[in-house]
Amino acid sequence: MPRTSKNRTKPQKQKQSAITKDERWLHFYRQMLKIRLFEEEVNQLYLGASMPGLAHLYIGQEAVAVGVCEALRQEDYITSTHRGHGHCLAKGASLDKMFAELLGKAAGYCRGKGGSMHIADQETGNLGANAIVGGSAGIATGAAMSIKMRGSDQVAVCFFGDGALGQGLLYETMNMASLWKLPVIYVCENNQYNEYTHFSETTAGEVTPRAAAFGIHTESVDGQDVRTVHATAQKLAERARRGDGPAFLECLTYRFHGHHVGDIDRTYYRSKKEEEEWKSQRDPVKLLANWLEKNKLADGKLFQRIENEIATEIKDAVNFALNAPYPQAEEVDQDVYA
Amino acid sequence: MAAKLQDTTATTTIREITFGQAIKEALAEEMRRDPTVFIIGEDVAEAGTPFKVLSGLVKEFGTQRVIDSPISEAGIAGIGVGAAMTGMRPVVDIMFGDFITLTMDQLVNQAAKIHYMSGGKLKVPMVLRTTLGASRRSAAQHSQSLHAWASHIPGLKVVVPSTPYDAKGLLKSAIRDDNPVVFFEDKMMYQLKGPVPAEEYTISLGVADVKRVGSDITFVATSSMVHVALAAAETLSGSGVSVEVVDVRTTAPLDKQTIVDSVKKTSRAIVIDEGYERYGVTAEIASVIADGAFYYLDAPVKRMGAMDVPVPFSPVLEDQTVPTPEAVAEMAKMLCNKQ
Repeated sequence: MPRTSKNRTKPQKQKQSAITKDERWLHFYRQMLKIRLFEEEVNQLYLGASMPGLAHLYIGQEAVAVGVCEALRQEDYITSTHRGHGHCLAKGASLDKMFAELLGKAAGYCRGKGGSMHIADQETGNLGANAIVGGSAGIATGAAMSIKMRGSDQVAVCFFGDGALGQGLLYETMNMASLWKLPVIYVCENNQYNEYTHFSETTAGEVTPRAAAFGIHTESVDGQDVRTVHATAQKLAERARRGDGPAFLECLTYRFHGHHVGDIDRTYYRSKKEEEEWKSQRDPVKLLANWLEKNKLADGKLFQRIENEIATEIKDAVNFALNAPYPQAEEVDQDVYA
Repeated sequence: MAAKLQDTTATTTIREITFGQAIKEALAEEMRRDPTVFIIGEDVAEAGTPFKVLSGLVKEFGTQRVIDSPISEAGIAGIGVGAAMTGMRPVVDIMFGDFITLTMDQLVNQAAKIHYMSGGKLKVPMVLRTTLGASRRSAAQHSQSLHAWASHIPGLKVVVPSTPYDAKGLLKSAIRDDNPVVFFEDKMMYQLKGPVPAEEYTISLGVADVKRVGSDITFVATSSMVHVALAAAETLSGSGVSVEVVDVRTTAPLDKQTIVDSVKKTSRAIVIDEGYERYGVTAEIASVIADGAFYYLDAPVKRMGAMDVPVPFSPVLEDQTVPTPEAVAEMAKMLCNKQ
């Protein structure tokens, strides 16, 4: 859904504007649910041995991707992570090409050469998921440098997890982003776990003061509340577009599933009770649904309709991907060089 | 040696300029030609690098295009990758080749793979300039020739020029190339003078150059070792050994045909390179010769690389670690039964 400032219509009347806003929250709900159902399907594909390799599910963190990406325009850039399906979809990727890529098919976003951890989509400004933790900090910062040099008002968003806080590259590039006032937003999705280790065991001191030490504007928000994430991201994106430089947004969130789809027994690093608490009380999709219901913007019937619609889209997309051909053998050494 | 002007079209005005000046000219010309080209690195602006290769560029292009960075090799390489993916043509300056170890994730896992991983959609038109070469009494962390590391990685192109003429033409091509190119300059060569046309020219990546024609033995050499090979060839001509010197100019892509054709003609070969001999560029090229010219060989293919030790500081020790014209000539005589 392209939304450039140019084609965004000005609110004509107060009432009309309010309706648009309400519809927007429903759109957020739809986007989050789409990611949720997409990932549940990925899990099924993996369990059914239809999907090669690994998948790192985004379930539980949907509010971050949607809240942030809804503050961006199509031409804005994002860099993503190994847990990146949510970012791709939130930035506008289509379900069929996503599934096709996950299954290693030629119709996938990367012609089956990237897979789950490397989905990139130039058309939606997605510079690629990255399987090196923290590895895209340079790319996002470089994209921001390019934006500034080209005199564009785009912004670049670098998504990374709490695990990336251990990587030096992040600090090198934040330093330069601040020195040169680059339009980049570092979004730390703190889901509390560096793979199988709680981040408190790996992360000394505090998180946001690390960025603040570089003179970077920082915010820390409830990453399960999409409306808060979005409002903050919107503010930071506007700041960056104005030329006020980089920002660091910590979103406190939780990975409902394991590190990857095969990480089933997790009790040695976190309790079932903890997982249940997050799932029952801090589910970002449910939290938004509750808010929508409370504000009489949706009801059970509407939620069901939306879910049915998305389920159909996903079913169609999976069927497309399952039936799509694999790449030709001779493609193996194509596109090594441009 | 005579400048070969095979890629030059018009008649030319030849000047003698240094290798360093040739590099600077290539950068300046490309920056004038294309506003998306910029330089980023440590002490590249007013300082013009410790080797003074870039002196004066900041005056013409300003600090917005000749950007002094913090001492953050991984960071500037990464910024180069991101800028290259989004419409710019960065030239990242890594002061010493030894420091490319700090850029390895960005170079190997990011720059080299992004085009392929994205199914050919994204491109990384970035040049990473750095140095190679020992014998500057700089010890083990400022003297290595690590071009084999980059040459090993599919997706990277690697340039190892040996003359001012080649350096200029190859750097211009590297900047225009849509792939990440690692450009290694021998830091001992910056003052080396050679003929360079005043007119515009480029040299294609992946085309070797026969720097000396001969019939008894082929020396296949890279960068600094081309001069060692040429000096050895000169000595050997006095002993009745006619040497052909092939300068590969780029290790990736490698012009296998020119190498094999030369060895088919001479039947003997020594491969000389300043990288560590173990698992190095010499091994790769020797294997190319064995594959392509086996039935033409009259002697085993010999390899001469840097000694497999960390480069020592003391001149007495350091001088033993790099192939010399004397050692190459000695080896050639042995292969040609001229001892």
